[in-house]
Amino acid sequence: MCATCGCSGGAVVRVVDGQDDQNQHDHSHHQHGYDSGQPAVAGHRHTGTDADGARTVILEQKVLAKNDRLAALNREWLAERGVLAINLMSSPGAGKTTLLERTARELGGRLAVIEGDQETTLDASRIKAAGAAVVQINTGAGCHLDAAMVAGGLRVLDPPSGSILVIENVGNLVCPALFDLGEAAKVVISSVTEGADKPAKYPNMFRQADLVLLNKTDLLPYVDFDVRAHAADLRRVSPASLMLQVSAATGEGLSAWYDWLWRRTPPPADPDR
Amino acid sequence: MHELAIVEGVVDAVAERLPGAQVTCVRLEIGALSGVVADSVRFCFELATEGTSLQGARLEITEPAGECRCRVCGRTFHPDMPILACPCGSADITVLAGQELKITSVMVA
Repeated sequence: MCATCGCSGGAVVRVVDGQDDQNQHDHSHHQHGYDSGQPAVAGHRHTGTDADGARTVILEQKVLAKNDRLAALNREWLAERGVLAINLMSSPGAGKTTLLERTARELGGRLAVIEGDQETTLDASRIKAAGAAVVQINTGAGCHLDAAMVAGGLRVLDPPSGSILVIENVGNLVCPALFDLGEAAKVVISSVTEGADKPAKYPNMFRQADLVLLNKTDLLPYVDFDVRAHAADLRRVSPASLMLQVSAATGEGLSAWYDWLWRRTPPPADPDR
Repeated sequence: MHELAIVEGVVDAVAERLPGAQVTCVRLEIGALSGVVADSVRFCFELATEGTSLQGARLEITEPAGECRCRVCGRTFHPDMPILACPCGSADITVLAGQELKITSVMVA
């Protein structure tokens, strides 16, 4: 079993080359690891020995310390490269991939995507067709992306300076909330075809969101969704989160999403320097 | 079920800090606001430690309660999950405790 993500089959980073899967390269995320910057193993304290000869060793260590370390290295690499990285999360079917397809088309080549799904390269093929550079990470049984998988994806994708990298996490409102990937901001999509009470039901996820996109607003006339109740729940769970209403299908409201991205995107490095 | 990944993280961290040690007991702190369910960790611990240096180890979990301070009225309170709001109605709060997710100590043979 994979020691990083708990998946049974080991995650695989796939490079999707056009429409056909023949030209994929597999990079096991188990082989990743930065050549330098691995922190030295921290010391530990020993306390007394009991009657059985067993001794207690005080560790006082965060369980996710290794993931957090790798995430910090990702963050440092992305900042040095001048790439804006967004961790995009939602339940399955909220419209992450549809949003990215339209964003890829409308941002004209500045978007790069790391796609996380348990299986298949279907989403990566859609993103590729929309004109963005993409790598697919299949997590197998794993329910979230972690910093090690993203490090593997970054090495393959090699996003250029000044680009916007969206890491599309596995569709899940629980597990991805726990794993820092090295992103600059977290964006959560909820959609009007889900319950308006999602922020209250999944507070760990929504509490961390810098931005919440309420998607599928074109369907509001046909569904029983209370936008004000959703906004009120979000304010109670996460007062600092911004909420934008969008429709990835029709494009309504997306200019505010693009503005939000551009405000955070570093300018491309000057090639003459 | 990220609790499986959490146990794997424990195995990893212990192996890194104490290479080769035979661990007989693991003590974890899992706060009420950590996003991890202690019962689920207990449930998968045996399975996830099989074949590792933690196999057969006793698992002891302490679960610190959530504690927050309101930035508006200044009072300290234990939040009702899932909404971390102060009894005064404010959601502008600082979490003081309950987000712990750590290995406090292990016993080695």
